[in-house]
Amino acid sequence: MTTDIEEKAKPGRPKGRNAYGESTVPLRIPKSKVTQITGYLKHYALKNRPGSIDFYEHIRQVSAPEVSVELPLYSSKVSAGFPSPCDDHIAKRLNIHDYLVDQEDATFLVTVTGLSMRDAGLLPKDVVVVDRSKNANIGNIILAVVNGEFTIKQLTLGKNGHPVLLPANPDFKAIEIKDGMDFEIWGVVTGSIRKYA
Amino acid sequence: MTAIALIDCNNFYASCETVFNPKLKDKAVVILSNNDGCCVSRSDAAKRLGIKMGAPWFQMKDQFKPGEVIALSSNYALYADASNRVMNILRQFSPDQETYSVDEAFISMSGFGNKDLTRYGQDIKATILQWTGLPVCVGIASTKTLAKLANHCAKKRPEYAGVCNFNALPIPSLNPILASLPINEVWGIGSRLSAKLNQFGIHTVLDLKQAHSRTLRDKFSVVVAKIIAELNGIACINLEQVAPPKQNIASTRSFGIPVTSIESLMESVTLYTSRAAEKARAQHTHANSISVFIQTSPFAQLPYYGGSLTVALPSPSNDTRLLVKTALWIVKRLYKPGYVYQKAGVLLNDLVPDEGRQADLFFDVSEANHAQSTKLMAVLDAINQRYGRHTLKLGSEGFKAPWKMKQNFKSPGYTTNWDELIRAS
Repeated sequence: MTTDIEEKAKPGRPKGRNAYGESTVPLRIPKSKVTQITGYLKHYALKNRPGSIDFYEHIRQVSAPEVSVELPLYSSKVSAGFPSPCDDHIAKRLNIHDYLVDQEDATFLVTVTGLSMRDAGLLPKDVVVVDRSKNANIGNIILAVVNGEFTIKQLTLGKNGHPVLLPANPDFKAIEIKDGMDFEIWGVVTGSIRKYA
Repeated sequence: MTAIALIDCNNFYASCETVFNPKLKDKAVVILSNNDGCCVSRSDAAKRLGIKMGAPWFQMKDQFKPGEVIALSSNYALYADASNRVMNILRQFSPDQETYSVDEAFISMSGFGNKDLTRYGQDIKATILQWTGLPVCVGIASTKTLAKLANHCAKKRPEYAGVCNFNALPIPSLNPILASLPINEVWGIGSRLSAKLNQFGIHTVLDLKQAHSRTLRDKFSVVVAKIIAELNGIACINLEQVAPPKQNIASTRSFGIPVTSIESLMESVTLYTSRAAEKARAQHTHANSISVFIQTSPFAQLPYYGGSLTVALPSPSNDTRLLVKTALWIVKRLYKPGYVYQKAGVLLNDLVPDEGRQADLFFDVSEANHAQSTKLMAVLDAINQRYGRHTLKLGSEGFKAPWKMKQNFKSPGYTTNWDELIRAS
């Protein structure tokens, strides 16, 4: 039974205006249970906020059996036995990413189209690894932008000191970079990948 | 002297697009928000055309000649990858870093001895440009608030070549710069506060720096006093190397097409709830309650309806299954047939950290069950991280999702999809 203690008007919070929206009574609780019970009350208050619905009740009545779905999840078992003599010699398995990529944050992948670099071993659908952190040297295969178009070619220097982009296929012409052309070295090609099956 | 640098990418989204599509260079490029609605990033050329941030694209597009402005949908996967690259590169330059937003980071340069920090800033700028193709500006000063202002100067004043170091400026040269900046450029001073400060005769950053801190603290708040201290080189805002977990997580989206059926609404709410739950797990928090809202377009010439409902969870949770179940229960309560819905959203509220999770006294979800849920969700997240988002999802999310947002002008996933890499002959 609860008794209304706050009958008369007195200072403090008006009646029923606490966190629970109903009158409250003092209660003695065991010291060891303070955390649980205050936690429960905090949650109870939250649940009774205007606009919120007692989903707690709802879910318990209507769909409690569905809440806990039993799933066959196996976590790995540890078997006790003789410690493996190899344990002290475990090395990381080789990883292709590590082989091809030096500076991960400056590395981009590009799909090859066309046959202009055929004799350098780059075929259509190959993926080349482009590292922007490397400075391009004469002789490097580079990804360049010429007049807004991407192209993969070998970087060389012409007689007049202008860059010349050399294809690796006699059917294609070299691109000489002249004044006024929009030219940018986007990155250095540092590797290539081909998948057969 | 303490030194903090703010590194900020210029026109971040538009710049990202230009890196992978060089034809966009020097063109007027705008990036549109979700559903191709508003302009959220502009190239310099687009700014010169007078296109404003946040302007609705459908209202503006007819004033330009075809091809004069290139509008692209947001390609968040591309921007997130570019952002991670920039943040990782910055780590080479300082051990102490705060990622402030997708395109901004503070780094500490204190204790670098008598290194020329302006030159160091130039190194940072050059490295990020070379490695990622993204232009950045660097502002260096003794506090975060001043570093923000220094960055503003680095952006707006060509004489600094993208790096502005307030610490290298003697007071007689610094003060005129501060006198030329209006107070609403100061971090933390919005338009309302600046209007009020104007009434006190405080118009420029220098006015504020030299204002009487005690008087303003009494008139306004301790926040203003802190800003004044920061402007005077006394650091009050520390570098937050680990972002504090969010108290609330929202996942809301407009639909690409009008939605009328409850099935479509439930599919979209499942997706949004899954995303929000994933975010909560990523920051190791649990929601105490969940809110869902659905609404029709307030602008359409159709009857308007909007409803929302908050439900407290039996015990704090970040389990996608429980949250989706709750969210769908709400959708069923809110849904009214006969309306054309345009938007829905899910909010996870009152998030608490793992360790502060309060188990329910009476509800029959045992701690063992909680441990199982944690494990299952970890597996779900690991699989989706490895094989791409939505690899593993709840069936109620649906498979076709015709209501998904419009992204008609999205660029390829140059760095995230094998079939969409840059192509070069």
